[in-house]
Formats: sequence, C-alpha cells, structure tokens
Amino acid sequence: MSSDRIRRFFVLFFVLGFFLYLFGPLLIMGLTAFNSSAFPRVSPWECFTVEWFDVLANDGRLLEGLKNSFLIGFGVVLFAVPLGLAGALMLTQVQERVRPWYYTIVISPILVPGVVLGISTLLFWDRIGVMFGASRDSIFYDGFFLTIIGQSTFIAAYTMLVFISRLQRFDPAQEEAALDLGATHVQAFRKILLPFLKPAIASAAVLAFLASFENYNTTVFTSISTSTLTTVLASKVRYGIDPSISALAVAIVVLTVFGAAIHEVVKRREEAAAKQAGMVAAGLIKEKKAQKQWFLEPAIIGILLVFIAGLGTAFFAGTIGVEECKVAVKEQKQIETAKRIEALKQKTQARKEAEAAKVELQKTERANRTGTENFNSIFSGGNLAPKSDTNETEGNDSPRTGTENFNSIFDSTNLQPEESVKPDDEAEPEARTGTENFNGIFSSGNLAPATTE
Amino acid sequence: MSADVQLEDVWIRFGDFVAAKDVNIHIQDGEFFSFLGPSGCGKTTLLRAVSGFLAPSQGKVLIGGKDMAGIGPNKRPTALIFQNLALFPLMTVWENIAFSLEVKGMGKADRRKRADELLDLIALPNQGDKMVNELSGGQKQRVAIARALAAEPDVLLLDEPLSALDLKLRQHMRTELRAIQERVGITFIYITHDQGEALTMSDNVAVMSQGIIEQVAGGNQIYDSPETAFVASFVGENNHFIGKVSECDGETVSVETPSGVLRARSVDRNGQKQLQRGDDALVFIRPESLGFSDQRPFDNVLQGIVERQEFEGNFWQVFLKVDGSDRVVTLSMVNDGRSVGHDVGSRVKVGCNADLAVALPLGPMAAE
Repeated sequence: MSSDRIRRFFVLFFVLGFFLYLFGPLLIMGLTAFNSSAFPRVSPWECFTVEWFDVLANDGRLLEGLKNSFLIGFGVVLFAVPLGLAGALMLTQVQERVRPWYYTIVISPILVPGVVLGISTLLFWDRIGVMFGASRDSIFYDGFFLTIIGQSTFIAAYTMLVFISRLQRFDPAQEEAALDLGATHVQAFRKILLPFLKPAIASAAVLAFLASFENYNTTVFTSISTSTLTTVLASKVRYGIDPSISALAVAIVVLTVFGAAIHEVVKRREEAAAKQAGMVAAGLIKEKKAQKQWFLEPAIIGILLVFIAGLGTAFFAGTIGVEECKVAVKEQKQIETAKRIEALKQKTQARKEAEAAKVELQKTERANRTGTENFNSIFSGGNLAPKSDTNETEGNDSPRTGTENFNSIFDSTNLQPEESVKPDDEAEPEARTGTENFNGIFSSGNLAPATTE
Repeated sequence: MSADVQLEDVWIRFGDFVAAKDVNIHIQDGEFFSFLGPSGCGKTTLLRAVSGFLAPSQGKVLIGGKDMAGIGPNKRPTALIFQNLALFPLMTVWENIAFSLEVKGMGKADRRKRADELLDLIALPNQGDKMVNELSGGQKQRVAIARALAAEPDVLLLDEPLSALDLKLRQHMRTELRAIQERVGITFIYITHDQGEALTMSDNVAVMSQGIIEQVAGGNQIYDSPETAFVASFVGENNHFIGKVSECDGETVSVETPSGVLRARSVDRNGQKQLQRGDDALVFIRPESLGFSDQRPFDNVLQGIVERQEFEGNFWQVFLKVDGSDRVVTLSMVNDGRSVGHDVGSRVKVGCNADLAVALPLGPMAAE
C-alpha cells in the first residue's frame, strides 16, 4: 500500500469513527422508537411500530411540559434577543479603553454555572417579592416568569455574541451616510442598521429558543411548579422510561434535519443571486434570471417529498401488520413461557418424588422405633447435661486473646450462609426460573398436610 | 441654492495629535474646491468638520454665513459622498437615491419620480429597480452622487470618491463630475491625494500637509508658483537644489548651489518676500523646464552624465547624474519621433531660464 492510500484509509477511519461517535447514540435511540418492546431497546427486535408516537401524543404530562417549554422559549426569545442586541450595540459605542472590561463583564453569565444562575434567580426574586409583600401566586413566584428571566441571563450573552460578529461587518459609514442625508438617529437605526442585522436577529432567535428549550440546570430551580420538557424527561428517567421518549427524539431530530436542509437550499439561492448580480455588474450578462418563489425551488420540493414519503412509509409500515406481528411475538413468548413452566414443573416433580421417597424411608424407620425414640431423642436424659465443649475448662492454662472470649462470634465465616440453613433441595441458583428463587415456598406441595403422622 | 463655506481659525485635536492647525479658508459659493494632500494630512478630518460628524476643537465652521456649531450632520445643508460610497446594499438603486426624500416623509410616487429624474441626470435611465450590487464601479459612483444630490444640498462634499475606480474610469468620471457640478451649480468640496484630479477639476486647490494649509490657489498657480517647498515637491515632479541666496534682484534671486549658481524666480507668500540674501534656499526646476543647452543658451546650465533613459510614450524621461549633486535629475523631452540623441554615459549640458526655476525658503518636502 502506498503512503497515500494509508493516509486515506486513516482519514476514512477517523471520519467514520467520528460520525459513529456523534450519531451512533442518536441512531440507536431513533431505532428504539420503532420497536414495540416496552423498554427502549434495539435487541431483541420485536415489531416495527409507530405506536410510541401515539403514546407520546397521549402523554399529558409530557405534552404539558412541551407546551411550557415552547412558551418559555418564545418568552426568552422576546426578552434575550433585544437584550443581546442592546449589549452588542453598547459595545460599539463605549470607549476603546473600556471595551475589554465591558466585554468580559457582559459575557460572564456564560461562564457562571447554570445551577448558580437558577438558584440566584430564585432567591433574588423571592427577596424582591418579600420586599413588596407579594403573595405566593404573584409574578415573583411564577415559574414562567422566573425561568424566562433566569435563562435570559446567559442566553442574552449568546445572542450578543451573534450580534457582535454581525456588527463587526457593518460599515459605520452606512449609518453616517443616512444621518448625512437627513435621517434622524432613530430612522438610521430602523432603516439601515436593523435591516442589516435581520439575519443575525433570526439566528439569535433560533439560538435563544434552542438554548432555552434544552436547558435543564437553570430551569430545574426557576420553574418551581411549572413543568418543562426537560424536567418532565428528567423525572421520567428517574421513574422508568418507555420508547415514547425515543419517539420524541426522532420527531425533534427529523424536524431539525429538514429545517437545516431547507435553510441550506435558501442560502444557496441567495448565493446564486449574489453571483448573478456580480455578473450583471461586470457586464457579463444583461439581466438577472428571475428566481422562482422559494417554495417552488426543486430542491425544496424534493426535501418536502422525502419528508412526506418518510412519514407515510413509517406510518403504514408502523401500523399495518403490527397487531399480527405483536400477536405472533406474544405467542412466541407464550410458547417460551410454557416451555419454561413445563421444565419447572418437571423439576419440582422430580424433587417431590425424591422427598417422598425419603419420607417413606423415615416412616419405615419410625415404625420400628419404640418409646421416646419417635421424638428424635429430645427427651433423652443426656440432653440437659452441660456439654463439655460449651463450658469453660478451669484447668485451661493458656490465657485467651482477642476475640476468643466471645466464643468466636466474630469469626469471619459466621455471616456466610451455612449449609444447614438451606433447604435440602439441591437446585443450583443460576438454573432457577420463576418462583424457584424463593426456595420453593410457593411450591404447590407446601400447603399440603404434612406427611408426618 | 448654493452656499459658501468658511473655516475660521479651525483647530482639530485628537488628544495630543493635531489634525488641523489654524485653518482659515473661504470657499466661494458655487466653486469647485479641492483639498489636496498626502494621506494623513488632515483633509478628511476637515471635511468631517464641515459635514458635522466632528466638532472643531477651536474655531468656527460657517455655511452660507451661518455658524454650524451644535448642528448635527442631518441638519446641515451638506451632503457627503463617502470614500467607499456607503450605498445601502439592501435597497434598490432608486430607493438609495430617494433615501433623503423618504426620511423627509415624501410619498412613494413622488420619490420614485424624483429618483428617475436624477437617474436621467447621471445617465443611468431605467436602472432604478436594480440592486446596488448589480452595478459596476462607475455606475455606483454616479448613484452615490445622485443620492447626495437628491437631498438638495447647498454644498456637496466628496471624500476621495474616485480612488476605488480604475484609471480609465477615473479620468472619465473627472470630466463627468465637473459637468455635473456645472449643471447643478452648487459648491463642491473635493478631497483627494491625486493631484491630477485636483488640478483638472478644481477652481481652487488647497494643498495640505500635517494639518497645515500650505497654499490656496488655482491649479496652474499651484503648479507654476508654489509658495512652499512642500507644495513644490508634492505637486508634480520637481528637481531641487539646495543652496544659499547670494543675490536678490527684484523677483529674481541667485542661489549658490554645489552644482553652480542658479538664477530663479522668488515666489511671495501672503504678499511677503520670502528670501533675503544669505538665506538657505531650495531651487526647484521641473523636468519639462530643462532642455539640452547645445540646442539653445540658458540662464542656468548644469553639467552631468546621462545615467539612463525611459520611454514613456508621449515623452522621454532622461535621468542625469549632475556634477555637485548626489541626486538624480530628471529631464522630460517631448517625443517628436526621433531619439533623444544622447547615449547613456555621455556627458551633457542641460539648463533652463530663470523664470522657469523657483527659489523657495528651505522647508519640509513631500516624502518621495
């Protein structure tokens, strides 16, 4: 192999590994959403189904959280985007000398742990509430309000970063030109700067929404009694999950992928338009080709078709034949269970027979005994005599040391299960199934009248 | 409407740096006036003081006789054409042009009508619906002018507006700018570091250096009778010789230089004689004023060796190593279809008459 091929092999290996690392978990989670197994897992694969989406759509708590997350997300967008814009504009206005200080201060909420922000928000507004003598159902104790405020403290810093990078490309001469042409400062802002910032406003809004939507560590403190998607998910994970969470993940991933694809197409359209404009300016072509409406763009139509086809396929494949499949799986399971029960029964039977044989043997022995012999010699005269080994011998000359005085109750082997505690059935623990683990206390023979006379 | 512009004792300081020192200029109503100077000389700063983006540290700016102190750029009767034009990229051509009307609250139909009129004026009819980035450099230039004119300013300020254009277009736009100025008849204040632009378009030129106005005069006067060593060295090509004044004879002075005694015209500054006997002086002789003295007699004769010759199309540039000077002296000869007639390395005599040489007091010169 030439070194070039080795290099290419490693690049490929790295890329594959990287993508596997990135998307492997998502892929597995996505698959679990379509498995009919009640626990999110890929193997054993049972039936391809979309029922978890149904479950998701009917999960009241989750939907309530989702709705609240959306509302809080929009609230954060409305609050954090103007705040970030103001912060970024301020940065361009303050003196050169103060700028690094200002920047460090306004960016610092990103560096503060979200937990701290959450707790401090809660405490701060509680104090404010106390100051105004507000009641517990006032705005100072409102989960929506506090969460929007709390999340915005650091999300506004994110949006500010977006605005700063856009503003760096703004030519201040544009604003001066507007002023020079008679515009007031407000007009210059509204007609020149704001349209220039439009793309940044859009991306800042998306960023703010997503950051709010996925936030947990601040929200968990500020949301109080309001549930959001993340807090509901967290409590679900704590109390046991089903694949409807995977279904939610699939829905989010799919929407994201298609959103990104459409964004890419629109961006390419704009680039093409700019390129054509350049050609017009250079006199290479006379007129720009008229562009179709963006939703008539073939790529967009293609993406939408794929989306709809995917939805349809999933729906039909996931609903048709699912019941039959489930029944089949169930039957399969039942057969397996029946087999196991059968095996179990046989084992129990064998044991019972062995016991019966033993009892029979004892019976015959007892029948031959006389007097107290039947009582297993509990009335034997020697029973109450002190046993020599439990009594201390006075003539013991070697003095005892350490734990010896305690009749070796601290002996390390003491806590190990003794052989005699076990019932005398010989079944190995790993081979047990069903109720066997309970040392046969549920065994059907237990309640039967004892065979002793 | 048109207005005159006065700068009275204007000083502009940025901390310790002085961008304009005691500037006194009166720009006449309807004049095409240029500020010419190397970059960093303070000319853009002065323009910003006129347009209102900058308040002078000291002194007054008057437009149409009215003191502009405290009046913002959006309230002044000026319009500025920026160096990078600063057209609004998100608007169409006509929206750009009509921006000043839009902020005044004029209705859309009227705005469009006025924009179309201005598009006709700048010879870009029917281009109003294009986006700005669909225009070529020269077209953008004209749109910027139309946008400024739409505001109906009394004074139009232009900050090196042609510097981004290629040579051909720049020369074409010079003529066009002058034509537009004559058509609209308002005062143009033009900033440039390109002397060709300043000399061809302007009624008057102010040459600036390090915040100081060196000379204010018409283009040909600046060229022929520079008042300071800076102006003489900055505007056009010039050979200079350092020496001492040995004799004053009315307008003409004799300067003793290592290359011999040179007789030259002394230029007055503010009506004052600048040179006395014994003063250090610089004699400036333009390359095109020099000629070979074997063809005719001259007041001043220099001897030297031809170092190299360059053919520039319409003329020959001859570089001479002159006796007594380390500097290479250039001589331009109109190309009349024949060769220069002097081989490289040959010894020649060149010279010029006293009225074509200028003697000035020793002072700072433009960097080469």
